[in-house]
Amino acid sequence: MSNTTKTYWKGLPQLTNDPNYVKHADKEFVDLGVEQDPGHSRRDFLKMMGFSVAAVSLAACEAPVRKAIPYINKPVDVDPGIPNYYASSYVNGGDYCSIVVKVRDGRPIKVDGNSLSKVTLGGTSAQVEASVLSLYDNYRLRGPKVGTANADWDKVDSEVIAKLGEIAAKGGQIRLVSQTILSPSTQLAIAAFKAKYPTTQHIQYDPVSYYGIWKANEESFGTGMIPSYDFSKANVIVSIGADFLNTWLAPIEFSKQYATTREVSEDKREMSRHYQFESNLSLTGANADYRTAIRPSQEGLVVAALYNLLAGKAGVAGISSTLSGVANLEKAAGELWENRGKSVVVSGSNDKAVQVVVNAINNLLGNYGFTILPGLPVNYRQGNDEAMAAFIAEAEGGKVDGVIFYNCNPVYDHPMGEKLEKAIKAMALSVSTSYTEDETASACAYKAPDHHYLESWNDFEPKKGHYSLSQPAITPIFKSRQAQESFMTWAGVANADYYSFVQNNWKTKFFANDSQGWDFQTWWDKRLYDGVYESGASAGGSVSFRNEALSSADSSIGATYKANASGIELVIAESATVGNGSMANNPLLQELPDPITKAVWDHYVTLSLKDANALGIKNDAEGRTQLVSVSANGKTVKVAALVQPGQAQGTVGITLGYGRTKVGTVAENLGVNAYTLLSMLNGSVNYSATSGVKVEKVNEDFQIAQTQIHQTYMGRTNVIQESTLAEFKKDPAAGRENPMITKWDEKVDAASLSLWKGHEYKSHHWGMAIDLNTCTGCGACVVACNVENNVALVGKQEVINRREMHWLRIDRYYSSDAQPGDYEGLEQASENPEVTFQPMLCQHCNNAPCETVCPVAATTHSSEGLNQMTYNRCIGTRYCANNCPYKVRRFNWFKYHDNQQFYQANPAMNTDLGRMVLNPEVTVRSRGVMEKCSFCVQRIQTGKLTAKKEKRELNDGEVITACQASCSTGAIVFGDMNNPESRISKLLKIDHYKTVKNAKGEEEKVFNYGIDKKIGNPRAYRVLEEIGVKPNIFYLTKIRNKDGKKENA
Amino acid sequence: MMHYRVARFHSFLTLLFLLTASFILFAQTVPTDDESIKSGEQLFKTNCYTCHRVKQKWTGPALAGYETRVPSIAWTIEWVKNSAKLIASGDEYANKIFKEYNNSQMTAFTNLKDDQILDILAYIETEAKRQDNPPPPPGENVAGGGAGVPSAYLNLIIIGMFVILLLLLVILVLIVNALKKFLNQRDLSEEDKDVVDSPYTAGSIMRSPGFIFVVVFVVSAVAFKTVIDGLYSIGVQQGYAPKQPIAFSHKIHAGVNEVDCKYCHTGVLKGKQANIPSANICMNCHTYIQQGTITGTGEIAKIYAAVGYDPATGQYSGKQKPIEWIRIHNLPDLAYFNHAQHVNVGNIECQTCHGPIQEMDVVKQYSLLTMGWCIDCHRKTNVNTKDNAYYDKLEQLHKAAKGQKAAMKVEDIGGLECAKCHY
Repeated sequence: MSNTTKTYWKGLPQLTNDPNYVKHADKEFVDLGVEQDPGHSRRDFLKMMGFSVAAVSLAACEAPVRKAIPYINKPVDVDPGIPNYYASSYVNGGDYCSIVVKVRDGRPIKVDGNSLSKVTLGGTSAQVEASVLSLYDNYRLRGPKVGTANADWDKVDSEVIAKLGEIAAKGGQIRLVSQTILSPSTQLAIAAFKAKYPTTQHIQYDPVSYYGIWKANEESFGTGMIPSYDFSKANVIVSIGADFLNTWLAPIEFSKQYATTREVSEDKREMSRHYQFESNLSLTGANADYRTAIRPSQEGLVVAALYNLLAGKAGVAGISSTLSGVANLEKAAGELWENRGKSVVVSGSNDKAVQVVVNAINNLLGNYGFTILPGLPVNYRQGNDEAMAAFIAEAEGGKVDGVIFYNCNPVYDHPMGEKLEKAIKAMALSVSTSYTEDETASACAYKAPDHHYLESWNDFEPKKGHYSLSQPAITPIFKSRQAQESFMTWAGVANADYYSFVQNNWKTKFFANDSQGWDFQTWWDKRLYDGVYESGASAGGSVSFRNEALSSADSSIGATYKANASGIELVIAESATVGNGSMANNPLLQELPDPITKAVWDHYVTLSLKDANALGIKNDAEGRTQLVSVSANGKTVKVAALVQPGQAQGTVGITLGYGRTKVGTVAENLGVNAYTLLSMLNGSVNYSATSGVKVEKVNEDFQIAQTQIHQTYMGRTNVIQESTLAEFKKDPAAGRENPMITKWDEKVDAASLSLWKGHEYKSHHWGMAIDLNTCTGCGACVVACNVENNVALVGKQEVINRREMHWLRIDRYYSSDAQPGDYEGLEQASENPEVTFQPMLCQHCNNAPCETVCPVAATTHSSEGLNQMTYNRCIGTRYCANNCPYKVRRFNWFKYHDNQQFYQANPAMNTDLGRMVLNPEVTVRSRGVMEKCSFCVQRIQTGKLTAKKEKRELNDGEVITACQASCSTGAIVFGDMNNPESRISKLLKIDHYKTVKNAKGEEEKVFNYGIDKKIGNPRAYRVLEEIGVKPNIFYLTKIRNKDGKKENA
Repeated sequence: MMHYRVARFHSFLTLLFLLTASFILFAQTVPTDDESIKSGEQLFKTNCYTCHRVKQKWTGPALAGYETRVPSIAWTIEWVKNSAKLIASGDEYANKIFKEYNNSQMTAFTNLKDDQILDILAYIETEAKRQDNPPPPPGENVAGGGAGVPSAYLNLIIIGMFVILLLLLVILVLIVNALKKFLNQRDLSEEDKDVVDSPYTAGSIMRSPGFIFVVVFVVSAVAFKTVIDGLYSIGVQQGYAPKQPIAFSHKIHAGVNEVDCKYCHTGVLKGKQANIPSANICMNCHTYIQQGTITGTGEIAKIYAAVGYDPATGQYSGKQKPIEWIRIHNLPDLAYFNHAQHVNVGNIECQTCHGPIQEMDVVKQYSLLTMGWCIDCHRKTNVNTKDNAYYDKLEQLHKAAKGQKAAMKVEDIGGLECAKCHY
């Protein structure tokens, strides 16, 4: 077995041994010289002490009177204290996820994936997990408004109907603008509106447009659509700028499919190979086996070159545009050709010419019908950029008299938003149904707020033939009204009840053909119970490619893209955390570290080290940097600069989703609006600027809050253990490092020596396995953990002070094969490093070092292997955190709840509305106590109680942690290691028996209830095995599908 | 022709089905085994006892001798499951009963299975017989027999000990005097004489360091104990008995009328909260019982006000106002307690923690509800492992380690661990 000889680093300051970094590297709590409580002296403390003692003795005299108010008429299926679960659907524009909502005492408190869905396959994303907090957003509209004044629905309805009537009478133009609409019933409601007002045109657009793909498919195959992709059947995946694991099209299902091809074991020593060609280092690029940095001006040519390479192999004519010398491209082409029908090529470009060539490539490879399913088109993105641009032009020209914005915000998220805003104000009628008063709603005269999705009835068709329902999980909190009901009311429909409308649609469309002998109510209840329904879904499908599309694409590419452009280029991408900006006011997403940069609460441009040096920009270990001004397409923004390894030289990257102005306190004026930097290309929105981009340093300092450098392992090396597939095929234990300790006579396994007595777990022995190969680093688990465990959000300044509270973090390591001292090699590596993600949480050590140092026994060991933290006993010495080798204990420096200081960052604990999201099963911690991952002990206790009530054993899979439930890729497996049938026992290949000598001196096999169970999976390792703390969390080695070490760099 | 034959065949099938079905129905007989009677008793107490007694006419008829009155057992089962349906079907006897009881409808027990209803009937029959022929009174109870010492003896012992101490003191004084006499007879120096003859004055005793030490020690110990006790009592509300918005008496309901606790506190077997009953549960009985034994109509009228019910017309107005009960048992937020674990799994009586609730007109907090109190019980209580497969393995391991007869206490399976209640 070969030892890992790689160099790992967490950020450039560590790689370059920045003195500032080195100074603090070995400290758990860093004194950054922050003045926390100016003006508070010892005298104040004593005064406060005296007061508190008096207050306590007074309080002791009379207990506060608490009321208990039961229902008048208790609903049959609601029991106080017992959660109910409802299947529903998360939909935000065209983003879709089938979900199960946990409702406690009438309040939705958690969203999980719905495993019955064949579309999202039980997965979720960070945004889906966070969406439950948006329900309790304090910025939500409390009711309809006319202008800026509150109004009631009767007034709004009568005025809107009157104005619509006036417009209709004079034959004026009405527009209904929305994002992609997935709902068939909503389409029908809009149709009813159009029937009443025939001059209405319905315009769909998407903040992040996929119109190029839609259009390319129309040109290539004659039908405009976006097909389904099935990455699970692909042996070779080539992505040119498509971040399909985090933002591109349908990342939840793609992650799941991708993970199935990345799983390896002793029995399955094969995995897919993934090539990525991109400018920004995306999450997908970070997971790729081979990543090549390209400039956006080369993107079309890279695709063309790939086509030409494949055409050469296929013996068909190539196209004229091409590019040579792209690293890894030839290799990729060779492997694609070998895996015809078992490969997939995707591109993130919104240029239809590029997408036509991508179609030609997949057609050449015979992937249609296998990994790309044109017979199963998806509806996620139906926006039409041309129609939207035409609408804005018309609006500007004063040709539109009335407009209704259905849950969309083009003033903010369309490149021509500014122009639109002016035009709206001049229109006779403008209505917004947005549930917050966003930029567009503020410009509109009428605010007719829709329900939040968790309060709504609706139906969806995310993929052809795959339907799903959405049902209210709470009575509407405010006086909002379902937008479809508004449309129907304004159209004069007699019964505008949308619930019965949806029901009737399903009755006529599905029930009529599929009653299965049930009455409608039973049938409908079953559909609601499942949340999903299939009717007429087909797979596969075939296409015939039109060659004339290719030749026109060829000439278009030749005109647009350049092989050797000089000058800086700009790449604009969707944010990995806050997405397209519609959920910007959600602090769970703002405080979720970006998977790559690990920045929170901030907006920045990423640039390569070389470009940064040229501009004179320097980042330090504390995230201090300078502002730059970025100009493109006639717009200039001023934003912080962040040096990012992996960024293509000569490019800067910026994310969408920031710079909201009318959004609520959480995200107001955070960053800049990058939508304004976008332009149009070939009829669709172009997410890069290749000419006329200027980046200049502004002499203004700025500090970005980044989390990655906050914890270190004191130079210990085997935290990440990884290998290549080639090595793994030879030896499944490749990459494993077994620390040995020398005794006087022999070398032994570090784990075999212990000063501790160990434990016997006679009931359950909880453990977790995390597969580094299938973890993509997306961060859904982090948000899920926050929501489940009431983890406080602390805001930007406190993150800078290294006081973030996340119980679960995802460590991102850069690495290369270059040895320390090989400066040239390291510099090269820092240009395009390998990336590894490692979820890090309390390891629940069996020999826990934190437990021994607590002077008050506030952290103790349970008889089921948990390391328990008791907040009410903790006195805040912080010894435990200092003694924790994994740096996973978090200290409450402040009272984060009911504290106006954290109102902005932590509304879930500081507003009456926000508090409704808190999980009643978990204590809200107060100032001065330590906290950490509990292995979701509340879920363990609930699972055990259910089993006890039913007088049976606890089955595997009944208790799952929040992080495991949220993981789309199934990288996290939690369970009882004492149960031989559990998934974790099987995954880790635990030997449950040990041989002991009985009284007669005979050897005997007995069940091993101890901590030293033999782990049979050669990939499994414990982090920092040599220190002997014996965690209950195992990691499975990271395997990269690389040929050999020589080909790196 | 084919159609005709098919139709005939169908009707034949239907006939066969009906015959079989009715055979099964007629085959239903009231069981007589002890187990059924026992389960019937349980079911009767939880479901029927609110409105029915075996021998007395209550809200509903006395049930003894039902078998001579009802048309059939199958009829009874149908009646219990859904009496409204039977009445609506125009059944003669059903309508007769309905009218006899002022057109008040019996709650439908759709969740009861046929054999459960049969068990209840079995219990009624046995109970009726038992009450007709009461068993001979049990023989004289053997008095005393407890392991403890009766308090009269205790007092005697204390007095005895006191007398012995007094005697000891007298003996000691006598010895001192004898010694003094003996010393005075000898030739002593002046100094020694002073010592021997020094008089005991109050002042000298007060000033002696021994005395000062004892006084200071006793005073500070008492003060310390008082402060500590005071601090420990912060937040302890034992005996808390606030005045409730409705003078509801558990004594009347749970005591005199023996309404099962679980009838109203519906959550107690299911989850964390026992649930303060929603007003619709009150209305199950109080639609008919409009006058209370102590307070007359005054308090019951408050329920009607809350649910918006007019007893005169029997109509609901729809105007509702929730009842704001005052919470008596307040655990701190940091402690997790689940009723289901204790009552359902542990099979602990409500009275174990809540005291003789059936004797309380005004409910008070009976137990301390401190952590020490919880822990104490977890140390003493055996785990209820009976018929619960969850505990099988644990019990087996426990017996293997501690011996076959060793009782498995809650503390033995982690009942004292922090994260059982704090998370």
